[in-house]
Amino acid sequence: MALLEVRSLTKRFGGLTALDGVSFIVEEGGIHGLIGPNGAGKSTLFKNISGFYRPTSGDIMFRGRSIVGSSPARISAAGIVRTFQETTLFDELSVFDNVLVGTHKSAASNVFSALFGLDRDVQAEARAEAHAVLAFMGLGDRQSQLAGELPLGSQRALAMAIALASRPRLMLMDEPFAGMNPEETSRMMTLTRKIRESGVTIVLVEHDMKAVMGLCDTLTVLNFGTLLAEGTPEQISRHPDVIAAYLGGVAAE
Amino acid sequence: MAASRLVKGLLLAMMLAALMVLPHFLKYHHQDFLIFLTINVLVVVSYRLVTLTGEWSLIHAVMMGVGAYTSALLTKHLGISFWISLPLSGIVAAAIAAVLCFPLFRMTQFYFLIGSFAAGEAIRLCWIHFIQPFGGTGGISGLAVPELGSIDFFEPIPYFYLVLVVVTLSLIVLYRIETSRIGLTLHAVHWKAPLAESVGVNTWNYRSLAFVIGSFFVGLAGTLKVHYLGTVTPNQFDISLMVFILIWVIVGGYRTFYGAIIGAVVLSVLDEAIRDLDVLRPAIYGALLIASIRFLPSGLESIPQRIIARFRCDSRTEPMP
Repeated sequence: MALLEVRSLTKRFGGLTALDGVSFIVEEGGIHGLIGPNGAGKSTLFKNISGFYRPTSGDIMFRGRSIVGSSPARISAAGIVRTFQETTLFDELSVFDNVLVGTHKSAASNVFSALFGLDRDVQAEARAEAHAVLAFMGLGDRQSQLAGELPLGSQRALAMAIALASRPRLMLMDEPFAGMNPEETSRMMTLTRKIRESGVTIVLVEHDMKAVMGLCDTLTVLNFGTLLAEGTPEQISRHPDVIAAYLGGVAAE
Repeated sequence: MAASRLVKGLLLAMMLAALMVLPHFLKYHHQDFLIFLTINVLVVVSYRLVTLTGEWSLIHAVMMGVGAYTSALLTKHLGISFWISLPLSGIVAAAIAAVLCFPLFRMTQFYFLIGSFAAGEAIRLCWIHFIQPFGGTGGISGLAVPELGSIDFFEPIPYFYLVLVVVTLSLIVLYRIETSRIGLTLHAVHWKAPLAESVGVNTWNYRSLAFVIGSFFVGLAGTLKVHYLGTVTPNQFDISLMVFILIWVIVGGYRTFYGAIIGAVVLSVLDEAIRDLDVLRPAIYGALLIASIRFLPSGLESIPQRIIARFRCDSRTEPMP
């Protein structure tokens, strides 16, 4: 069964149509790439799926149920978590606390539990989970550092760790390799594969074509808010419309 | 870790002991001052909880009045004992705050600031215009003094002990909330609300929670204040009190739990110390404010941190034997 199904999704901002009847399916267990030139509507699509925007029309089904109109917190509770385009962290908190916030869904506390320490076991479990996620992402030795003081590559890894700590079924990654050098990119690609192997389905928006082609099982190409092509990386790289709209531009540079 | 906890505990116990003997060495009107100061500590610490989510409200002083009016009405018109009206006053303030969350937390930042001010003024105007039961500008006077066995709470020293107990318990609760998982989530909502939402935090709930709990405790503070004065009037909770709360928190610092307390204590004591200067008083107070913001932008709370840092550096640069 498809994990995520987007059905003729349309999003208008006043007179501007950012997404025009886009439909596609994300199968469980893979890495699905979402590519297209700037302004194609990739980030808008992400924001619609994660509940930060409300679609003008169309439907988004997650595990067979519509999630349109739910709040970001609800959608996160259902199992979809997004990472942000710019590195977005709680800069003022320690690396460990950042990931601890990520465990919110399984460890949120109420006032009485907090006052009388009634949920000590749950909190200990959440801390153990945070330690485990940090070790998994290779950040085990940076736990007490402030998030804002990490180098860029580690900040990206931490952003993923926060998302991962919420135990998602589906992770939406918005340009995870932007601004990285080749070495950092290859490290992040390894981490992304590791996350997929742990059972999380991934959809990512990315401009780094080498990374996208090396990482993704399937690709969806958007252009001016409409679906241009779908298929495996090999099919897409040979698709004439895609070459004309997008890859051709890259090759000409 | 355990040692520093022990030191902290000892320090706190010593401070409490000092506070307990302090009023016996003070003149009558200084005892009054000490009571109001202790109440104001609860006011600023409860306000700090609200600001943890990053929203600075201008309704906190009015919520203090909500508690005060609740207790005044309950004790005066229904003959309910102070000991029951005290917790009820907090609960009513919290309930009204919970209702206000619906319009107020549709706004953020500047709009929230103005919205909270408007909501507060609306409540205050109700007290002025609905003479039945609120008593208009004159408010309600002749409030009952709490009774407990043979203790005479009309005297400042017993009343101070009552205030000290309520405020200490409240501070413990507020401290535990701040250092718990809830406190962490409130910080998360403050620094990056969208990121918090992306991992499932309902930011509206947490903003509301902080506002409701803060209002509960400031409601208690209001009740403690007016039962000592014997009167409650709308002017006790107007914008000038709110400005003082803001000044205390900003000058004291809002990054640590104790910052706001330092602010309230230091500024109130300074204000009291220059009371005799009369006309010059506002000018001196203002000059102190400007100086503190100019030279201590991160608040009085940064002074102990600076001293500790200096001390650590010194001990590190000491020559090795």
